[in-house]
Amino acid sequence: MRDFATKGRRHFETPLLQTPFHPRTAAASRLYDWVPWAGYASVATYDDAEMEYSAIRNAATVFDLCPMVKYRIEGPDAAAFLDRLTVRRASALTPGGVHYTVWCDDAGHLIDDGTLFRLGPDRFRLCCQERHLPWLQDSAQGFDVGVADETADVAALSLQGPTSASVLAAAGIDVSALRPFRMIEVPLGGGRLMISRTGFTGDLGYELWTTPDRALTLWDILFEAGAPYGIRPIGSAALDTARLEAGFILANVDFIPAHQCLREDRLRSPLEMGLGWLVDWDKGHFNGRRALVRERETGGRWVFLGLEVEGNVAAAGAVLYHARTTEAGMVTGACWSPTLKTSVALAQVERRFADARNLWAEIYALRELHYAKLMVRVRPAARPFFRSDRRRATPPLPF
Amino acid sequence: MPTPSFDAIVIGGGPNGLAAAHHLQAKGRRVLLLERADAAGGGAAGQPFAEGFARPALAHLAYNLDPRVERAMDLARHGLSWADPVLPTTALSATGRHLRLEGAAGERLAGGDAGAADRAAWAALRARLMRFARVLSPLRAMTPPRLARGAGNPVRALAGVGLRARMMGADEFRELLRVFLTNMHDLLGDELSDPLLKGALAFDASLGAWLGPRSPNSLLPWLDRLAGQIDGRQGAIGLPGGGMAALGAAMARAAEAQGVAIRTGTAVGRILVEADRAAGVELADGTAIRAGLVVSALAPKVTLLDLAGPRHLDTGMAARLRHQKARGAAAKLHLALRGLPDFRGADPRSRLVIAPSPEAVERAFDPGKYGGVPEAPTMEILIPSAIEGGHAPEGRHLLSAVVQYAPHGPADPAAARAAMLRAAMAQLEAHAPGIGALVEAAEMLMPHDIAARWGSPGGTWHHGELSVEQMLFLRPVPGLAQYATPIAGLWLASAGCHPGGGVSGSAGLNAAEAIGRAA
Repeated sequence: MRDFATKGRRHFETPLLQTPFHPRTAAASRLYDWVPWAGYASVATYDDAEMEYSAIRNAATVFDLCPMVKYRIEGPDAAAFLDRLTVRRASALTPGGVHYTVWCDDAGHLIDDGTLFRLGPDRFRLCCQERHLPWLQDSAQGFDVGVADETADVAALSLQGPTSASVLAAAGIDVSALRPFRMIEVPLGGGRLMISRTGFTGDLGYELWTTPDRALTLWDILFEAGAPYGIRPIGSAALDTARLEAGFILANVDFIPAHQCLREDRLRSPLEMGLGWLVDWDKGHFNGRRALVRERETGGRWVFLGLEVEGNVAAAGAVLYHARTTEAGMVTGACWSPTLKTSVALAQVERRFADARNLWAEIYALRELHYAKLMVRVRPAARPFFRSDRRRATPPLPF
Repeated sequence: MPTPSFDAIVIGGGPNGLAAAHHLQAKGRRVLLLERADAAGGGAAGQPFAEGFARPALAHLAYNLDPRVERAMDLARHGLSWADPVLPTTALSATGRHLRLEGAAGERLAGGDAGAADRAAWAALRARLMRFARVLSPLRAMTPPRLARGAGNPVRALAGVGLRARMMGADEFRELLRVFLTNMHDLLGDELSDPLLKGALAFDASLGAWLGPRSPNSLLPWLDRLAGQIDGRQGAIGLPGGGMAALGAAMARAAEAQGVAIRTGTAVGRILVEADRAAGVELADGTAIRAGLVVSALAPKVTLLDLAGPRHLDTGMAARLRHQKARGAAAKLHLALRGLPDFRGADPRSRLVIAPSPEAVERAFDPGKYGGVPEAPTMEILIPSAIEGGHAPEGRHLLSAVVQYAPHGPADPAAARAAMLRAAMAQLEAHAPGIGALVEAAEMLMPHDIAARWGSPGGTWHHGELSVEQMLFLRPVPGLAQYATPIAGLWLASAGCHPGGGVSGSAGLNAAEAIGRAA
């Protein structure tokens, strides 16, 4: 294992750090509605969550991604290391490519999910929700590879929405040939800007990666070029609605990461979380493979489902029942979808009720200090709930 | 000529590898055993030392040769005899008032300053500890149980151990539970007063371990030693005729007679893994030898991390293996002497122990904790040439000694070796004045030398420390205690597995039996 010299970062001395974009995000934050995210102050809502959401589906939005945990993985064995660490075949990813992936502990339980960027033949970036440096470094033993937390070395924004390509074009950046899950590099103020066609909204969108010293330059370029295209900053509340419509899962929301989980029966495998399609069973050994092979044969206890909920009340936190009586699972995320005009939900459901034929959600709706207890029918729905051609069209559709 | 093909490859020709290979071959497999050194035997193989002298082995005495192994391999027929199957011990006194422990595990005391009360207390304590060791000894022949549900544990055999413990009666059972995890210093202090007697016993408990008499759980390794037996006598220490190298050679002959193909001077470079199964081995010279069953008697760490490689393991398992404790503290001294040294009249045909008190043993341990060499090390001295012929040229003598405690991983290995040799010679001089002038050749093997030559991590006797947190189902690490590895077809048969090392063959036989049950 290689050792990267890491600077003396004393995170713990500041309860919440500020991202390199803080001067701009703070200025735009009318509600002062900040939430902690991985040790950083992050905006939940700038001024109006519904309008921010609306911009994701109708215009262009900017979300400050800096708190997202980022690991630099570099060395001649980087691809082999990632093949062993994650369930997907990282070595099949070509430089300039990105893929969604997950990784497991020895028992095949999900540790986290994230996006993996192949920056070069020997260099990757892994982005995720939780911190995993000890696990990554333990996994690097025996490989000629180094792993370092580069969260603070990268300034990143997510630019999402139908007009996002037009915003970049107006800023003089041509992304017309950029396909989903690929990236390009362009000059930015004497430095470099990496643009990947990725995001968490299920819509047309890009993630923009640069160094902290060029963060404000990037912000200003986007907002100047984007003004005619309805650009606005968005907080995590609006993004959460969009990601639920897109059917994406979130660590510590839809599943409990294995390394934080206190209760044995809350651990989930990728198969139980509906992520079996990611697993490359033929690439050789990877962490948790033997446990997952056994689970594939015997079947896990849980399935992860997309559901459509009767009525117009978001079913967040609802308990699911079979035939209104037998507990069958739990809604992990839900919203009223403004675009689909239905109530959608993500849920962990016991495998024996996986067909969801007689499934009900018990919703406690708080109405002016009193809970209204609703028992409403739920039906399976394919994920993503929200599908748009915008997401994949190359070149992007003009807006 | 077609290359002969084998069903099973055993890596490592020490007692465990030989016992495993013999059992597998006896059960109908065609077994190839690969040994890196020029002769099989491992810790019981003779090592070149001084011109004209017999080759001493790393292990110089037998205390736990597994009777199942001895019987199955019919070692007597293949040359095993005993120069002395119940070697007496002399606890050396610097004033010449030596204490002699005769019979198995000090059945009788002679000489010394121990009074009648001490002798009676020792008789009672010995009887009790021998009983405890006897109750626990069936565990040595078992595959450790798993804690998981539905693990298929040998419930009846385990219950038998519990039942036998309880059958000792409420008082004895309570006493077992009371002393089980206690330390030697306190236990001996509770029962005995003679420092020399307590010192010799404290020393025996710490032999080959990285702990002192005051360390927690230091009684347990002693109980484990007392569970061993030689020639049917529990707690006895034996010297095979021709020395331990003759025992190793007898085991090798027995394996070969059974049909095992032994290839010495053959180091394995890596274990071949294909489609998550062991497929054979690749030798250090690049030659591949294929077999569907690979049994490694090398240390679990070496087998899995170095030969198979972490990429075939899950991260958690690899980390547990990396963190398995393996600190060797026992150095080995060999002296070629031009005459018989005089330990102030002590019987040179006995095992000579320098450990004047439990405190002296603890003080010898202290510097090692911080990487230093003790001024007054404790020693177990054997002069095989005084017991039988053949070890040294006429009139000359071979002295072999375990010297404790050596530092593990010293900053300057050569300087530590030189300091350890000086300290050992000073200690010998204090007990056998004039011995220094008799020395023709001297060799001090430090734990790091033992690690380099025998491949045992840290130079430990047991391929990983044998301490309570690394015993039974925690040995070598959780998840590997049933001899199977996560890689199908790859098995562990090392002293690093339950029940540990010594020249016993127990782990090798247990592993081979587990393989048989799984087939």
